[in-house]
Amino acid sequence: MSHPEQVARNDKKNKKTLSSYVLGFVLSLVLTLAAFRLAEQHLLTGTSLYIALTFLALMQLGVQSLCFLRLNMSEEGRWNLFPFLFSIFIIAILAGGSLWIMYHLNINMQQ
Amino acid sequence: MTQSVKQEHHAAEIDIFGFWTYILSDCILFASLFAVFAVLHHNTYAGASIKASIQLPYILLETLVLLSSSFTYGLGILALYQQQTKMLLFYLFFTLFLGCLFVGLELNEFVHLYMEGQSWQSSAAFSAFFTLVGTHGLHVSLGIIWMLVLFIQILFFGPNAFMQKRLTYLGLFWAFLDIIWIFVFTIVYLMEAI
Repeated sequence: MSHPEQVARNDKKNKKTLSSYVLGFVLSLVLTLAAFRLAEQHLLTGTSLYIALTFLALMQLGVQSLCFLRLNMSEEGRWNLFPFLFSIFIIAILAGGSLWIMYHLNINMQQ
Repeated sequence: MTQSVKQEHHAAEIDIFGFWTYILSDCILFASLFAVFAVLHHNTYAGASIKASIQLPYILLETLVLLSSSFTYGLGILALYQQQTKMLLFYLFFTLFLGCLFVGLELNEFVHLYMEGQSWQSSAAFSAFFTLVGTHGLHVSLGIIWMLVLFIQILFFGPNAFMQKRLTYLGLFWAFLDIIWIFVFTIVYLMEAI
């Protein structure tokens, strides 16, 4: 490991990791504060506020997955990325499906 | 790279993949708790709504504490790569402090709710609320115990190859808890407080 070439390569890799962490932290802070301000001061109303908050949360999911979890399309990274995408698919079915069914049951019960 | 080093590297990759699979299955557990919360959050049994007991600035503080702890853990991992054990221990200690602060703030919030007469027995909405937020808090608490164990192990054995692997697992776990919290913050607190 003490090879000078190896050391230089590690240094470069560490710098890249550091900038990725800092970028992730700053972006997450901005997105969190933006979501907080939107909800606190009612800058939008009704459905558009819900859509904006969902969008900000999904943005932050993306930022943290890329910057903190370091998900990527490299040959090794793909092994982690594809199960991750598959889980998102399952979660969408699970949560979306539950809400859809319960919403309809609720409407039918009111009649 | 010699053949054996390559194989060792490959074995470590497979181990991390196994832990990653656990984390994804834990995500599905949280997804079902979120679905339960989304279905039940209006069913307050004619009692106080969740909205009435949310203090947004306090929750924002919790969020910022957890987010910072994710960042300081990342800095610790970097110190590990640069073989600076003292910096690693410093960042781990700082992360532990932030983690304990987060759990403390959350417990304080729960105690306040209890004093106001809201417990998990009050209504379906509060059952769902306490189960979801409590499960996340339990995960963070277990992460803190895990981090404490690693901290002591590094003190005694130094950051050897085993410790590097364990720190990588905990890093994945800690980042995952932060991501779950984004959705708790958005769905349970922000959307409820509107």
